[in-house]
Amino acid sequence: MNNSIRISSNKNNLKVVRDFVTDFLHPYGLSAIVLNQIILAVDEITANLIIHANHEDNNKFIKLTIEKLDDTFLFEISDKGRSFNQANYKEPDIKDHIRIGKKGGVGIALVRRIMDKVEFTTDQGTNVCRLYKKVG
Amino acid sequence: MKITHQINDKTITISLDGELDASSSVMLDEELSKPEIMLFSKILVDCERLNYISSAGLGVFISHLQRFEDAQIKLIFFNMQEKVKNVFEILGLDLLMTIVSSYDEAMTVANE
Repeated sequence: MNNSIRISSNKNNLKVVRDFVTDFLHPYGLSAIVLNQIILAVDEITANLIIHANHEDNNKFIKLTIEKLDDTFLFEISDKGRSFNQANYKEPDIKDHIRIGKKGGVGIALVRRIMDKVEFTTDQGTNVCRLYKKVG
Repeated sequence: MKITHQINDKTITISLDGELDASSSVMLDEELSKPEIMLFSKILVDCERLNYISSAGLGVFISHLQRFEDAQIKLIFFNMQEKVKNVFEILGLDLLMTIVSSYDEAMTVANE
């Protein structure tokens, strides 16, 4: 089965990515909630890359590769845009967001709570985000 | 994402049909930003056909909640699918927003 997809940096492709993850995970019989959580985490990272790292530039591309390692799924999402600086990341205070009417900034929090491990690396202009999710 | 609404006096029921992601949430934000939304005292959100929500969709509700509360407008979600409700729960939003199981329950809470 094909385990890799490449999309242009366009928000309309988020649906394509979600469908790809859904199809890949279908044979594993995950619960509806876990399946949705995994799809969500991949969608959040991809959306950030499309919007913030690649500024919705259709000429820039994002690649997703899925691998199954024993009881763990590995999602590798790579691009050549602006890299994500994890050192600047701060857990959001949702009550604060509500108080000031803030629209964004909770996506990475979702990803970190859903996934077992989240890594960001940059090597020679290529950024790779690796999401690990243990199942079963 | 298809958004429809039904008005009954001071109550507007907004039905969400489809997937609310970084692309489609813009539409919902426009709907909730319309000045006339502030004329209602209750906004009920029917989530029966909402199959997916990402942080961008949550962000739309997060960003309007205080404004509605300040205007004493009740925002109530009902008929939410378990997998969608789970996304609210991951961030603890189920404790900060009103999510009930049915339309009847939503009306009861709205009239409290």
